[in-house]
Amino acid sequence: MSSIASDPMPDARGHFGPYGGRYVPETLMHPLQELETEYLRAQQDPEFQREFEYYLKDFCGRPTPLYFAERLTRELGGAKVYLKREDLLHTGAHKINNCIGQILLARRMGKSRIIAETGAGQHGVATATVAAMFGLKCVVYMGAVDCERQALNVLRMKMLGAEVVPVKAGQQTLKEAINEAMRDWVTNVRTTHYILGTVYGAHPYPLMVRNFQRVIGDEARRQILEKEGRLPDLLVACVGGGSNAMGLFYPFLQDESVNMVGVEAGGEGIAAGKHAARFQGGSIGVLQGTRSFLLQDEFGQVQLTHSVSAGLDYAAVGPEHAWLRDLKRVEYTYATDDQALKAFQELARLEGIIPALESAHAVAEVMRRAPTLAKDRVIIINLSGRGDKDVAQAANFIKL
Amino acid sequence: MNRIVERFTRLAREGQKGFIVYIGSGDPNLEATRQLALAFDKLGVDVLELGVPFSDPLADGLVNQLAAQRGLESGTTPPKVLEVVSAIRKESQIPIVLYIYFNLIHRCGIERFIRAAAQAGVDGMLVLDLPPEESDSYEALMRQAGLCNIYLVAPTTPDDRIELIVQRGAGFIYYVSREGVTGMQTKVADTIAQMTAKIRAHTKLPIAVGFGISTPEQAKTVAASGEAVVVGSAIVNQIAQHGKAPDLIQRVSEFVKPLVQAVKQQ
Repeated sequence: MSSIASDPMPDARGHFGPYGGRYVPETLMHPLQELETEYLRAQQDPEFQREFEYYLKDFCGRPTPLYFAERLTRELGGAKVYLKREDLLHTGAHKINNCIGQILLARRMGKSRIIAETGAGQHGVATATVAAMFGLKCVVYMGAVDCERQALNVLRMKMLGAEVVPVKAGQQTLKEAINEAMRDWVTNVRTTHYILGTVYGAHPYPLMVRNFQRVIGDEARRQILEKEGRLPDLLVACVGGGSNAMGLFYPFLQDESVNMVGVEAGGEGIAAGKHAARFQGGSIGVLQGTRSFLLQDEFGQVQLTHSVSAGLDYAAVGPEHAWLRDLKRVEYTYATDDQALKAFQELARLEGIIPALESAHAVAEVMRRAPTLAKDRVIIINLSGRGDKDVAQAANFIKL
Repeated sequence: MNRIVERFTRLAREGQKGFIVYIGSGDPNLEATRQLALAFDKLGVDVLELGVPFSDPLADGLVNQLAAQRGLESGTTPPKVLEVVSAIRKESQIPIVLYIYFNLIHRCGIERFIRAAAQAGVDGMLVLDLPPEESDSYEALMRQAGLCNIYLVAPTTPDDRIELIVQRGAGFIYYVSREGVTGMQTKVADTIAQMTAKIRAHTKLPIAVGFGISTPEQAKTVAASGEAVVVGSAIVNQIAQHGKAPDLIQRVSEFVKPLVQAVKQQ
């Protein structure tokens, strides 16, 4: 782990080892440099930090609890399972942590208009929320297929005063929404800030979003030391772009005794080719501003993905995850649609908590692993969001 | 000498402006691309930019996105684009630039792709999403292969970046005349002359102005500020409309002819 301890990641150009960087059209290069400068300045500014913490606490409801899932633990019969309750946060997912940070930055930079992409709609709702709170105009791009399967979140965004633009290109999910948001940004870059929702895209986004999300891991570390008097043995989080996982993992990276697992969307299975498990079927590529693992064909065309969960249904993964995988610091695995749906239902029935389908992938992995671990072992799952948005869709698969 | 450099040298000597056409490869099919290239050469087009269809063309407006989609649907892969360049080279020496997204090069292997492109008769590449900051090895390999590495300058590019870009570019500098994606506009940006003057303060490389230029009048206006004018979407739009017509080549030629004349009368 020496390379994590000794080298700040990313380097000055946004590289995490061979990953990351800034691969964008020239029009965006200078705006990204300005964003980086402003972000690095804000990071050193106690006033900015104070404001960020104030809104996280009084507007979003931080800190979120670290909850001991007693019945789930008993049912699995192995390690103790704790849930980091990001689902209790305002708007229902971890996404708002990053949105608070970025909207404060946008205000510092004097931007009057906010745009965002969204998959499951949670990032869109969080962006619409912070834009409403500060009275800024907001446009959210969302794949037309996602608009349909996450209809509740479309209504929430509209209720909050945002314009939601359904994107009909390609497979009409998250990747196409990002393309469209980048086209908007390149066109309106002087007035507009793009609140990218995950640890993806051109530098400084992966760095900045991780740092805004690390509050999850910072809190969890403090909380588990209070409750158990020691560090956890295992952290588990789902990985789409990878922001909730980076947020939980990052503050523990130096703790060698803490193992970490990122869970990708296995969809209908890796062999079937209908999945979004970039570390299973992917290879290194460059998409939407960064170099990372990507599902692509032999010529570099980006491949179709599939997941029951819109938030994980994406062809690429954050560059820092690719680097952590190479370093063998984090293990990456996947859960299939069926496994996630089963976990979704189990957590609802055993704990009275309906998780987001995304987070249910992490729960599924813990259901597999906890029974194999001794009873004095401790696992933390990042319960990154709540499942209200998914109930209608899940009801199509689950017999109620 | 590289065909692009040669062409701009000749244009300068003759006191002429250059006209550059962009089309998407394989739209509606690769044979049409070959025939269009030959027709453009006869019309006096100075450089042909061939778009290589990519699944996620995020710098392109709707017209070029749809062209890329038609290209992919007609089975157009990067190796097939290079085959069509070889076929064009049997009959024409028109300078050819590949307009491409980096992942297609990266996937093949940068060195291997550049070598294959040079062998096929490509003269330059414009990689939409590869800024100089990320292109050390790419640039060196392009130079070795004798290909022009064409960089973009945008209205948002500040002076110090212009300096960096022109030092590292070759062939010509492509000035993106407005913020935004490719596509037709009713009005050309009014900052063009000012920005091209700024670029010229740092380099002797010819400047081609593109993005949003679609009529002979606009082309003529813009030609006053640069060494060349690029028209893309407006021509791609003609291909979209007449793609299935038996006289596609003739119809597109009729559209391109007045554009060439407008620039050459400058």
